[in-house]
Amino acid sequence: MNFKEIQKIVELMNEHDLSQFTLEQGDTKMELKKGGNMDIQAVERLLASSGSSGTMHSAPAHPVTPPPPTDQAGSPSSLPAGVEEITSPMVGTLYSSPDPESEPFVKVGSKISPDSVLCIVEAMKVMNEIKSEISGEIIEILVENGTPVQFGDPLFRVKCS
Amino acid sequence: MFKNILVANRGEIALRVIRAAKELGIRTTAVYSEADADSMHVHLADDAICIGPPASAESYLKMETILSAAEIANVDAIHPGYGFLSENPHFAQLCETCRVKFIGPSADVIRRMGDKNEARATAVKYGVPVTPGSNGIVETEKEEVQEANKIGYPVMIKASAGGGGRGMRPALNQASFVNAFHAARTEAQACFGSSDVYIEKLIENPHHVEVQVIADSKGGIIQLGERDCSMQRRNQKIIEETPSPLLTDKLRADMAEASVTLVKNIGYENCGTIEYLVDDAGNFFFMEMNTRIQVEHPITEEVWGCDLIKEQIRIAAGQRLSKHVLAAQPRGHSIECRINAEDPYNNFAPSPGKISLFYPSGGRGVRVDTHVYSGYEVPPHYDSMIAKLIVTGADREVAIARMIRALNEFVIRGIKTTIPFQSSILKEAAFRNGIYNIAWVEKFLASQPDPPELPDIELLEE
Repeated sequence: MNFKEIQKIVELMNEHDLSQFTLEQGDTKMELKKGGNMDIQAVERLLASSGSSGTMHSAPAHPVTPPPPTDQAGSPSSLPAGVEEITSPMVGTLYSSPDPESEPFVKVGSKISPDSVLCIVEAMKVMNEIKSEISGEIIEILVENGTPVQFGDPLFRVKCS
Repeated sequence: MFKNILVANRGEIALRVIRAAKELGIRTTAVYSEADADSMHVHLADDAICIGPPASAESYLKMETILSAAEIANVDAIHPGYGFLSENPHFAQLCETCRVKFIGPSADVIRRMGDKNEARATAVKYGVPVTPGSNGIVETEKEEVQEANKIGYPVMIKASAGGGGRGMRPALNQASFVNAFHAARTEAQACFGSSDVYIEKLIENPHHVEVQVIADSKGGIIQLGERDCSMQRRNQKIIEETPSPLLTDKLRADMAEASVTLVKNIGYENCGTIEYLVDDAGNFFFMEMNTRIQVEHPITEEVWGCDLIKEQIRIAAGQRLSKHVLAAQPRGHSIECRINAEDPYNNFAPSPGKISLFYPSGGRGVRVDTHVYSGYEVPPHYDSMIAKLIVTGADREVAIARMIRALNEFVIRGIKTTIPFQSSILKEAAFRNGIYNIAWVEKFLASQPDPPELPDIELLEE
């Protein structure tokens, strides 16, 4: 069984709206399952994680925006020394430039000061400029232009000066 | 029908709405503060958007943020739950402007009935009895003393922008009136942003009985019985039941008729509750109208056989009331206990923290509405209600026995809860005889030593 064959099976499953496919061929057994009970998975995940740590924030299964790469607090232990994360103070759609024709506000390597505008988060037709509030150098841009962001989503990694 | 509903709330009611929407095949979007990332409703919704830090003012109460979330999640309706923005006319108006359907009545109706003094005047206009009181806001000291003397002491001074049991100050006689009046105005300004107050006669030891109404956009308007919510501690309900053990058939019919008349005349749509005070002589007086779903709605659902949240969604989508709701008849008796994370042995001090074990009661006629689970961390930032225990039985006696049984087997370890307190109330003669009023709980607390500990059932810990 090669990848192309598996792909074909998946296509067939989707075409005929099948949710499960099992194939036994010699000593190879393959099972493909589509969908499944998302609710049970969500409950089980929550119950499993709640036993371990009271402060861990498990990201929900289907957030509109992808879950943050680190835990939501962006704790110092997960970032190298001298590096800070700038997170979104609001909910909306992130735009990297003032308008579609212009250059982005910042690039990797851009030097920023507390008043620097880093990006725009647009909500309900209002363009909100997101200011840096710290000084340093952009070392990583974490969200692409046009992506919806929620409160607390990490947007930029900055080497502080 | 809607494709995607955003639930602008948290806790058990957010889960309640999500469940109803799921059953209707509608996608759900949850919004949550950082403190609620592990709430069950967030994980059962199809989408979830973090809207702010723990403080309600920075999250659940931020209208623009919630509408931003609605925009990026592409929802077509918002259910506001209860509390938070559910009775905020600005929010309802904002939803209208943003072309997202607010599941509830119009912004205009919310505003008119939300102003307690105007609501009172509206009730008078349509022949609903109201407590004798001032005809409008009372502003000057001279006016106010005249009014109070005319009404006759004792009086209650109420904030026009208040409600929900807050923003009220009694004055038992003329001597204490002036100070109480000014204190009430100051308090009203601080809590509700408006110093407008009006005066009502203070009904001594009243009963709180409310009527559930529901109206669609096609002229279908009905009432679904009453709920007795007189078991209150500091004006907050702790036990509710339906039907009310207090009402005669005639009084019940009169209150039902008055409620439907009022709702018909104000162009109301969706679910609402009209709250009345009832005195021992069987007179009822309009107090206020809540233009939203209530915490205690499940007891009505159980006795009348309906899903009020689904009806809310259907009505908002332009559909008529369901046939079975229009034809509904009450059957049996239902009681609800609001289980709070509070320590009844320590003046009901809030008891947030990690629930190490959560084992809810079950069996015939037992319903538990909750967002918590074993291992859940109850956050300190919000109101303390963590679960609603609703039991239903063929009659009141069965319901009481069932509630005592259900409270006895309900295990919540790791935090303190009001379960032992409610259990002791259920066993009191006053409750069993149905003779209790708004003042009863305070008197009971004053007369009691510590509530008895419940026997702990043997359950293995991890």
